[in-house]
Amino acid sequence: MQVSMTVNGQERTDDVEPRLLLAHYLREVCELRATNIGCDTTSCGACTVIVDGLSVKSCTVLAVSAEGASVTTLEGLSGPDGELHPVPAAFRSEHGLQCGFCTPGMVMAAIGVLADNPDPSDREVREGLEGNLCRCTGYHNIVRAVQTAAQAGPAAGQVPSSRGVTA
Amino acid sequence: MIPGAFEYVRAGSVEEALTALAEHGDDAKVLAGGHSLLPLMKLRLAMPAVLVDISRVPGLSYVRVDGDEVAIGAGTRHFELERSEVARAEVPLLPHVASRVGDPQVRHRGTLGGTVAHSDPASDLPTALLALGGDVVVQGPSGRRSVPVTEFWLGFFETALEPDELVVELRTPRTGSTGWGYEKFTRRENDWPIVAAAAVDGRVALANMGGTVVRATATEAALVRGASIADAAALADEGTSPSSDMHADQEYRRHLARLLTRRALETAAGAS
Repeated sequence: MQVSMTVNGQERTDDVEPRLLLAHYLREVCELRATNIGCDTTSCGACTVIVDGLSVKSCTVLAVSAEGASVTTLEGLSGPDGELHPVPAAFRSEHGLQCGFCTPGMVMAAIGVLADNPDPSDREVREGLEGNLCRCTGYHNIVRAVQTAAQAGPAAGQVPSSRGVTA
Repeated sequence: MIPGAFEYVRAGSVEEALTALAEHGDDAKVLAGGHSLLPLMKLRLAMPAVLVDISRVPGLSYVRVDGDEVAIGAGTRHFELERSEVARAEVPLLPHVASRVGDPQVRHRGTLGGTVAHSDPASDLPTALLALGGDVVVQGPSGRRSVPVTEFWLGFFETALEPDELVVELRTPRTGSTGWGYEKFTRRENDWPIVAAAAVDGRVALANMGGTVVRATATEAALVRGASIADAAALADEGTSPSSDMHADQEYRRHLARLLTRRALETAAGAS
Protein backbone atom coordinates (compact mmCIF):
# COMPACT_ATOMS: atom_id res chain seq x y z
CA MET A 1 0.00 0.00 0.00
CA GLN A 2 1.04 3.60 -0.42
CA VAL A 3 2.58 5.51 2.45
CA SER A 4 3.49 9.18 2.44
CA MET A 5 5.67 10.89 4.99
CA THR A 6 8.32 13.55 5.33
CA VAL A 7 11.78 12.10 5.87
CA ASN A 8 14.51 14.56 6.80
CA GLY A 9 12.47 17.40 5.35
CA GLN A 10 11.68 15.68 2.05
CA GLU A 11 8.16 14.55 1.28
CA ARG A 12 7.99 11.13 -0.28
CA THR A 13 5.47 8.47 -1.21
CA ASP A 14 6.34 4.80 -1.51
CA ASP A 15 4.52 1.59 -2.16
CA VAL A 16 5.29 -0.74 0.74
CA GLU A 17 4.03 -3.92 2.34
CA PRO A 18 2.01 -3.16 5.49
CA ARG A 19 4.36 -5.35 7.52
CA LEU A 20 7.42 -3.26 6.63
CA LEU A 21 8.91 -1.81 9.80
CA LEU A 22 9.87 1.86 9.87
CA ALA A 23 13.51 0.90 10.53
CA HIS A 24 13.62 -1.23 7.37
CA TYR A 25 11.76 1.45 5.42
CA LEU A 26 14.35 4.06 6.37
CA ARG A 27 17.33 1.79 5.67
CA GLU A 28 16.21 -0.06 2.57
CA VAL A 29 13.61 2.10 0.85
CA CYS A 30 14.98 5.54 1.76
CA GLU A 31 18.56 4.20 1.77
CA LEU A 32 19.31 6.06 4.99
CA ARG A 33 21.54 3.60 6.78
CA ALA A 34 22.66 5.60 9.82
CA THR A 35 19.71 4.14 11.71
CA ASN A 36 20.97 0.81 13.01
CA ILE A 37 19.00 -2.26 13.97
CA GLY A 38 20.53 -3.81 17.06
CA CYS A 39 18.38 -6.03 19.24
CA ASP A 40 15.24 -5.78 17.08
CA THR A 41 13.21 -6.21 20.29
CA THR A 42 12.59 -2.60 21.45
CA SER A 43 15.37 -2.91 24.01
CA CYS A 44 18.62 -1.41 22.72
CA GLY A 45 17.52 1.87 21.14
CA ALA A 46 19.99 1.72 18.20
CA CYS A 47 17.07 2.32 15.80
CA THR A 48 15.82 5.46 17.59
CA VAL A 49 14.57 8.21 15.27
CA ILE A 50 12.43 11.29 15.84
CA VAL A 51 8.81 10.99 14.66
CA ASP A 52 6.72 14.15 14.93
CA GLY A 53 9.02 15.51 17.59
CA LEU A 54 9.21 12.37 19.72
CA SER A 55 11.99 9.80 19.99
CA VAL A 56 10.73 6.35 19.01
CA LYS A 57 12.26 2.95 18.32
CA SER A 58 11.73 2.43 14.61
CA CYS A 59 12.03 -1.36 14.85
CA THR A 60 8.67 -1.38 16.63
CA VAL A 61 6.68 0.95 14.39
CA LEU A 62 5.12 -0.01 11.06
CA ALA A 63 6.09 2.28 8.21
CA VAL A 64 2.39 2.57 7.30
CA SER A 65 1.66 3.82 10.83
CA ALA A 66 3.93 6.79 10.11
CA GLU A 67 1.58 8.00 7.35
CA GLY A 68 1.69 11.80 7.28
CA ALA A 69 4.42 11.97 9.92
CA SER A 70 7.66 13.93 9.92
CA VAL A 71 10.59 11.58 10.49
CA THR A 72 14.15 12.68 11.25
CA THR A 73 17.14 10.36 11.19
CA LEU A 74 20.76 11.10 12.03
CA GLU A 75 21.34 12.06 8.38
CA GLY A 76 18.74 14.80 8.74
CA LEU A 77 20.47 16.61 11.58
CA SER A 78 23.18 18.43 9.64
CA GLY A 79 22.46 21.76 8.07
CA PRO A 80 22.71 22.28 4.27
CA ASP A 81 26.27 23.56 4.74
CA GLY A 82 27.22 20.37 6.56
CA GLU A 83 27.41 22.02 9.94
CA LEU A 84 27.00 19.47 12.70
CA HIS A 85 23.97 19.59 15.00
CA PRO A 86 25.02 20.38 18.59
CA VAL A 87 24.44 16.82 19.80
CA PRO A 88 26.63 14.90 17.30
CA ALA A 89 29.16 17.75 17.58
CA ALA A 90 29.34 17.16 21.32
CA PHE A 91 29.58 13.37 20.85
CA ARG A 92 32.64 14.08 18.71
CA SER A 93 34.25 16.62 21.03
CA GLU A 94 33.65 14.51 24.16
CA HIS A 95 34.46 11.21 22.46
CA GLY A 96 30.95 9.95 23.22
CA LEU A 97 31.40 6.79 21.18
CA GLN A 98 33.65 3.79 20.94
CA CYS A 99 32.54 1.30 18.27
CA GLY A 100 29.81 3.71 17.17
CA PHE A 101 27.00 1.22 16.62
CA CYS A 102 24.72 2.70 19.28
CA THR A 103 25.63 6.27 18.36
CA PRO A 104 22.91 7.20 15.83
CA GLY A 105 20.18 6.02 18.21
CA MET A 106 21.96 7.50 21.20
CA VAL A 107 22.17 10.90 19.47
CA MET A 108 18.48 10.88 18.51
CA ALA A 109 17.45 9.80 22.02
CA ALA A 110 19.68 12.51 23.49
CA ILE A 111 17.89 15.13 21.40
CA GLY A 112 14.65 13.85 22.93
CA VAL A 113 16.13 14.16 26.42
CA LEU A 114 17.26 17.75 25.77
CA ALA A 115 13.89 18.66 24.28
CA ASP A 116 12.25 17.75 27.58
CA ASN A 117 14.99 19.08 29.81
CA PRO A 118 17.40 21.68 28.38
CA ASP A 119 19.81 21.41 31.31
CA PRO A 120 19.75 17.82 32.59
CA SER A 121 21.80 16.58 35.53
CA ASP A 122 24.04 13.54 35.17
CA ARG A 123 21.27 11.36 36.64
CA GLU A 124 18.60 12.88 34.40
CA VAL A 125 20.69 12.13 31.31
CA ARG A 126 21.19 8.54 32.44
CA GLU A 127 17.48 8.08 33.12
CA GLY A 128 16.57 9.76 29.86
CA LEU A 129 18.83 7.38 27.95
CA GLU A 130 17.63 4.28 29.80
CA GLY A 131 16.24 2.92 26.53
CA ASN A 132 19.61 3.01 24.77
CA LEU A 133 22.34 0.46 25.35
CA CYS A 134 26.04 0.94 24.60
CA ARG A 135 27.70 -2.46 24.41
CA CYS A 136 31.09 -0.82 24.76
CA THR A 137 29.74 0.56 28.07
CA GLY A 138 30.98 4.02 27.15
CA TYR A 139 28.32 5.78 29.13
CA HIS A 140 30.47 8.33 30.99
CA ASN A 141 31.50 10.13 27.81
CA ILE A 142 27.99 9.85 26.38
CA VAL A 143 26.55 11.59 29.45
CA ARG A 144 29.25 14.24 29.23
CA ALA A 145 28.48 14.75 25.53
CA VAL A 146 24.79 15.30 26.23
CA GLN A 147 25.59 17.84 28.93
CA THR A 148 28.07 19.57 26.65
CA ALA A 149 25.44 19.72 23.90
CA ALA A 150 23.01 21.30 26.36
CA GLN A 151 25.32 24.32 26.55
CA ALA A 152 24.44 25.05 22.90
CA GLY A 153 20.96 26.08 24.04
CA PRO A 154 17.54 25.10 22.69
CA ALA A 155 18.91 24.01 19.29
CA ALA A 156 20.35 20.91 20.97
CA GLY A 157 16.83 19.67 21.68
CA GLN A 158 15.45 20.36 18.23
CA VAL A 159 15.65 18.74 14.84
CA PRO A 160 15.83 20.72 11.59
CA SER A 161 12.87 20.80 9.23
CA SER A 162 10.35 20.53 12.03
CA ARG A 163 8.91 22.90 14.54
CA GLY A 164 11.31 21.42 17.03
CA VAL A 165 10.87 18.72 19.59
CA THR A 166 8.18 20.13 21.76
CA ALA A 167 6.51 17.21 23.45
CA MET B 1 12.55 -10.05 12.48
CA ILE B 2 9.66 -9.26 10.20
CA PRO B 3 6.01 -9.87 11.07
CA GLY B 4 3.94 -12.24 8.98
CA ALA B 5 1.85 -10.68 6.23
CA PHE B 6 -1.46 -9.09 7.17
CA GLU B 7 -4.11 -6.86 5.74
CA TYR B 8 -3.87 -3.31 7.13
CA VAL B 9 -6.87 -1.10 7.88
CA ARG B 10 -6.26 2.47 9.02
CA ALA B 11 -9.34 3.51 10.99
CA GLY B 12 -10.28 7.17 10.90
CA SER B 13 -12.86 6.89 13.65
CA VAL B 14 -14.06 4.53 16.37
CA GLU B 15 -16.97 3.59 14.08
CA GLU B 16 -14.61 2.64 11.24
CA ALA B 17 -12.58 0.53 13.64
CA LEU B 18 -15.72 -1.22 14.91
CA THR B 19 -16.89 -1.89 11.35
CA ALA B 20 -13.55 -3.52 10.52
CA LEU B 21 -13.65 -5.57 13.72
CA ALA B 22 -17.22 -6.67 13.01
CA GLU B 23 -16.18 -7.76 9.53
CA HIS B 24 -13.06 -9.67 10.49
CA GLY B 25 -13.87 -10.85 14.02
CA ASP B 26 -11.26 -13.08 15.59
CA ASP B 27 -8.91 -12.67 12.62
CA ALA B 28 -8.36 -9.01 13.44
CA LYS B 29 -6.23 -7.33 16.08
CA VAL B 30 -6.28 -3.67 17.03
CA LEU B 31 -3.00 -1.77 16.63
CA ALA B 32 -2.47 1.35 18.75
CA GLY B 33 1.08 2.12 19.91
CA GLY B 34 2.11 -1.36 18.83
CA HIS B 35 4.69 -1.81 21.57
CA SER B 36 3.11 -5.00 22.88
CA LEU B 37 1.56 -6.38 19.70
CA LEU B 38 4.35 -5.80 17.15
CA PRO B 39 7.02 -7.60 19.24
CA LEU B 40 4.68 -10.62 19.43
CA MET B 41 4.06 -10.44 15.67
CA LYS B 42 7.78 -10.24 14.95
CA LEU B 43 8.25 -13.45 16.93
CA ARG B 44 5.21 -14.93 15.10
CA LEU B 45 3.60 -15.51 18.49
CA ALA B 46 0.72 -13.44 17.12
CA MET B 47 -0.26 -13.69 13.45
CA PRO B 48 -3.41 -11.65 12.95
CA ALA B 49 -4.79 -11.69 9.40
CA VAL B 50 -5.96 -8.10 9.74
CA LEU B 51 -4.53 -5.17 11.72
CA VAL B 52 -6.92 -2.33 12.50
CA ASP B 53 -4.74 0.71 13.22
CA ILE B 54 -6.49 3.12 15.59
CA SER B 55 -3.43 5.27 16.29
CA ARG B 56 -4.79 8.07 14.09
CA VAL B 57 -8.34 8.01 15.47
CA PRO B 58 -8.95 11.53 16.84
CA GLY B 59 -10.50 12.12 20.24
CA LEU B 60 -9.12 9.05 22.05
CA SER B 61 -6.41 10.90 23.97
CA TYR B 62 -7.58 12.87 26.99
CA VAL B 63 -7.49 12.96 30.79
CA ARG B 64 -10.41 14.73 32.42
CA VAL B 65 -12.40 14.86 35.62
CA ASP B 66 -15.93 13.50 35.35
CA GLY B 67 -17.80 13.64 38.65
CA ASP B 68 -16.06 11.44 41.22
CA GLU B 69 -13.93 9.81 38.54
CA VAL B 70 -11.09 10.56 36.20
CA ALA B 71 -11.82 9.54 32.61
CA ILE B 72 -8.83 8.69 30.43
CA GLY B 73 -9.03 8.11 26.70
CA ALA B 74 -7.78 4.69 25.59
CA GLY B 75 -5.44 6.32 23.08
CA THR B 76 -3.63 8.34 25.75
CA ARG B 77 0.04 7.59 25.42
CA HIS B 78 2.08 6.81 28.53
CA PHE B 79 4.08 10.05 28.30
CA GLU B 80 0.86 12.06 28.03
CA LEU B 81 -0.52 10.40 31.16
CA GLU B 82 2.83 10.93 32.90
CA ARG B 83 2.65 14.68 32.22
CA SER B 84 -1.08 15.24 32.65
CA GLU B 85 -1.71 17.92 35.29
CA VAL B 86 -5.22 16.54 35.84
CA ALA B 87 -3.86 13.03 36.46
CA ARG B 88 -1.15 14.32 38.79
CA ALA B 89 -3.66 16.20 40.90
CA GLU B 90 -6.54 13.72 40.88
CA VAL B 91 -5.00 10.27 40.64
CA PRO B 92 -1.24 10.68 41.16
CA LEU B 93 -0.52 6.93 41.28
CA LEU B 94 -1.26 6.63 37.57
CA PRO B 95 1.13 9.24 36.15
CA HIS B 96 3.85 7.94 38.45
CA VAL B 97 3.37 4.39 37.24
CA ALA B 98 3.22 5.63 33.63
CA SER B 99 6.66 7.14 34.18
CA ARG B 100 7.97 3.71 35.19
CA VAL B 101 6.87 1.94 32.00
CA GLY B 102 9.71 0.94 29.70
CA ASP B 103 11.83 3.86 28.57
CA PRO B 104 11.08 7.29 27.03
CA GLN B 105 10.80 5.91 23.49
CA VAL B 106 8.34 3.24 24.63
CA ARG B 107 6.31 5.80 26.58
CA HIS B 108 6.12 7.96 23.46
CA ARG B 109 4.24 5.18 21.64
CA GLY B 110 2.48 2.92 24.14
CA THR B 111 -1.14 3.67 25.03
CA LEU B 112 -3.19 3.06 28.15
CA GLY B 113 -5.93 1.26 26.23
CA GLY B 114 -3.33 -0.90 24.54
CA THR B 115 -1.71 -2.10 27.74
CA VAL B 116 -5.15 -2.74 29.27
CA ALA B 117 -6.38 -4.74 26.26
CA HIS B 118 -3.12 -6.69 25.99
CA SER B 119 -3.58 -8.27 29.44
CA ASP B 120 0.01 -9.08 30.26
CA PRO B 121 0.17 -9.87 34.00
CA ALA B 122 3.54 -8.10 34.17
CA SER B 123 2.15 -4.74 33.03
CA ASP B 124 2.65 -1.70 35.23
CA LEU B 125 -0.45 0.35 34.45
CA PRO B 126 -3.04 -2.44 34.76
CA THR B 127 -1.56 -3.15 38.20
CA ALA B 128 -2.15 0.47 39.19
CA LEU B 129 -5.67 0.47 37.73
CA LEU B 130 -6.55 -2.72 39.60
CA ALA B 131 -5.44 -1.15 42.89
CA LEU B 132 -7.38 2.03 42.12
CA GLY B 133 -10.55 0.28 41.01
CA GLY B 134 -12.84 1.66 38.33
CA ASP B 135 -14.02 0.51 34.94
CA VAL B 136 -12.84 -0.31 31.46
CA VAL B 137 -15.27 1.28 29.01
CA VAL B 138 -15.59 -0.76 25.83
CA GLN B 139 -17.56 0.01 22.69
CA GLY B 140 -19.08 -2.54 20.33
CA PRO B 141 -21.73 -2.70 17.63
CA SER B 142 -24.53 -2.24 20.17
CA GLY B 143 -22.95 0.63 22.04
CA ARG B 144 -20.85 1.10 25.15
CA ARG B 145 -20.59 -0.98 28.30
CA SER B 146 -18.47 -0.69 31.42
CA VAL B 147 -16.51 -3.64 32.77
CA PRO B 148 -15.13 -3.33 36.32
CA VAL B 149 -11.34 -3.69 36.34
CA THR B 150 -11.79 -6.60 38.75
CA GLU B 151 -13.60 -8.50 35.98
CA PHE B 152 -11.73 -7.36 32.88
CA TRP B 153 -8.53 -9.42 32.95
CA LEU B 154 -9.40 -13.11 32.66
CA GLY B 155 -6.03 -14.68 31.96
CA PHE B 156 -2.70 -14.33 30.20
CA PHE B 157 -3.47 -12.20 27.09
CA GLU B 158 -7.18 -12.84 27.75
CA THR B 159 -9.81 -10.22 28.63
CA ALA B 160 -13.57 -9.75 28.83
CA LEU B 161 -13.35 -7.89 25.50
CA GLU B 162 -15.40 -9.44 22.67
CA PRO B 163 -13.70 -9.69 19.25
CA ASP B 164 -15.92 -6.89 17.90
CA GLU B 165 -15.29 -4.52 20.81
CA LEU B 166 -12.76 -1.78 21.37
CA VAL B 167 -11.45 -0.32 24.63
CA VAL B 168 -12.32 3.38 24.42
CA GLU B 169 -11.89 4.75 27.95
CA LEU B 170 -10.63 4.00 31.43
CA ARG B 171 -12.46 5.39 34.45
CA THR B 172 -10.92 5.43 37.88
CA PRO B 173 -11.90 7.05 41.18
CA ARG B 174 -10.32 10.39 42.05
CA THR B 175 -7.95 9.73 44.95
CA GLY B 176 -6.65 13.28 45.39
CA SER B 177 -4.26 13.45 48.33
CA THR B 178 -4.87 9.86 49.49
CA GLY B 179 -1.55 8.14 50.03
CA TRP B 180 -0.27 5.68 47.44
CA GLY B 181 2.79 3.60 46.73
CA TYR B 182 4.25 1.72 43.78
CA GLU B 183 7.17 -0.65 44.09
CA LYS B 184 8.62 -2.38 41.05
CA PHE B 185 11.49 -4.84 41.01
CA THR B 186 13.48 -5.17 37.80
CA ARG B 187 16.98 -6.24 36.88
CA ARG B 188 17.31 -3.44 34.32
CA GLU B 189 15.58 -0.10 34.70
CA ASN B 190 13.50 -0.31 31.52
CA ASP B 191 12.31 -3.89 31.99
CA TRP B 192 8.94 -5.34 32.82
CA PRO B 193 8.54 -5.87 36.55
CA ILE B 194 9.65 -9.25 37.89
CA VAL B 195 7.09 -8.40 40.57
CA ALA B 196 5.42 -5.07 41.33
CA ALA B 197 3.01 -3.89 44.00
CA ALA B 198 0.64 -0.93 43.88
CA ALA B 199 -1.07 0.28 47.05
CA VAL B 200 -3.73 2.95 47.49
CA ASP B 201 -6.55 3.43 49.97
CA GLY B 202 -6.19 0.01 51.59
CA ARG B 203 -6.11 -1.86 48.30
CA VAL B 204 -3.07 -3.69 46.93
CA ALA B 205 -2.52 -5.07 43.43
CA LEU B 206 0.38 -7.21 42.25
CA ALA B 207 2.04 -7.64 38.87
CA ASN B 208 3.43 -10.95 37.64
CA MET B 209 2.05 -13.09 40.47
CA GLY B 210 -0.28 -15.16 38.26
CA GLY B 211 -2.00 -15.25 34.90
CA THR B 212 -3.38 -11.75 35.38
CA VAL B 213 -2.61 -8.79 37.57
CA VAL B 214 -4.14 -9.72 40.95
CA ARG B 215 -5.33 -8.10 44.16
CA ALA B 216 -3.58 -9.10 47.39
CA THR B 217 -6.90 -9.97 49.02
CA ALA B 218 -5.44 -11.50 52.20
CA THR B 219 -3.40 -8.36 52.81
CA GLU B 220 -6.43 -6.14 52.21
CA ALA B 221 -8.57 -8.20 54.61
CA ALA B 222 -5.87 -8.05 57.27
CA LEU B 223 -5.69 -4.26 56.96
CA VAL B 224 -9.46 -4.06 57.43
CA ARG B 225 -9.07 -6.11 60.62
CA GLY B 226 -6.55 -3.57 61.86
CA ALA B 227 -3.38 -5.57 61.29
CA SER B 228 -0.05 -3.73 61.09
CA ILE B 229 1.43 -3.08 57.67
CA ALA B 230 4.16 -5.62 58.35
CA ASP B 231 1.68 -8.33 59.38
CA ALA B 232 -0.69 -7.59 56.50
CA ALA B 233 2.10 -7.50 53.92
CA ALA B 234 3.32 -10.91 55.09
CA LEU B 235 0.11 -12.33 53.57
CA ALA B 236 0.52 -10.63 50.17
CA ASP B 237 1.30 -13.81 48.23
CA GLU B 238 -1.61 -15.82 49.65
CA GLY B 239 -3.77 -17.18 46.86
CA THR B 240 -1.37 -16.15 44.12
CA SER B 241 0.17 -18.53 41.59
CA PRO B 242 3.39 -16.99 40.31
CA SER B 243 5.40 -18.76 37.63
CA SER B 244 9.08 -19.57 37.62
CA ASP B 245 11.27 -18.32 34.81
CA MET B 246 14.86 -17.30 34.17
CA HIS B 247 14.40 -14.11 36.21
CA ALA B 248 12.95 -15.59 39.37
CA ASP B 249 11.47 -18.79 40.75
CA GLN B 250 8.11 -18.95 42.49
CA GLU B 251 9.50 -18.65 46.00
CA TYR B 252 11.53 -15.60 45.10
CA ARG B 253 8.45 -13.98 43.51
CA ARG B 254 6.45 -14.70 46.67
CA HIS B 255 9.19 -13.09 48.74
CA LEU B 256 9.20 -10.05 46.45
CA ALA B 257 5.39 -9.75 46.64
CA ARG B 258 5.51 -9.61 50.44
CA LEU B 259 8.46 -7.21 50.51
CA LEU B 260 7.19 -4.85 47.80
CA THR B 261 3.69 -4.83 49.30
CA ARG B 262 5.12 -3.76 52.64
CA ARG B 263 7.15 -0.99 51.05
CA ALA B 264 4.22 0.20 48.92
CA LEU B 265 1.90 0.27 51.95
CA GLU B 266 4.50 2.11 54.02
CA THR B 267 4.93 4.69 51.29
CA ALA B 268 1.16 5.07 51.02
CA ALA B 269 0.82 5.48 54.79
CA GLY B 270 3.58 8.06 54.93
CA ALA B 271 2.11 10.18 52.17
CA SER B 272 -1.45 10.36 53.40
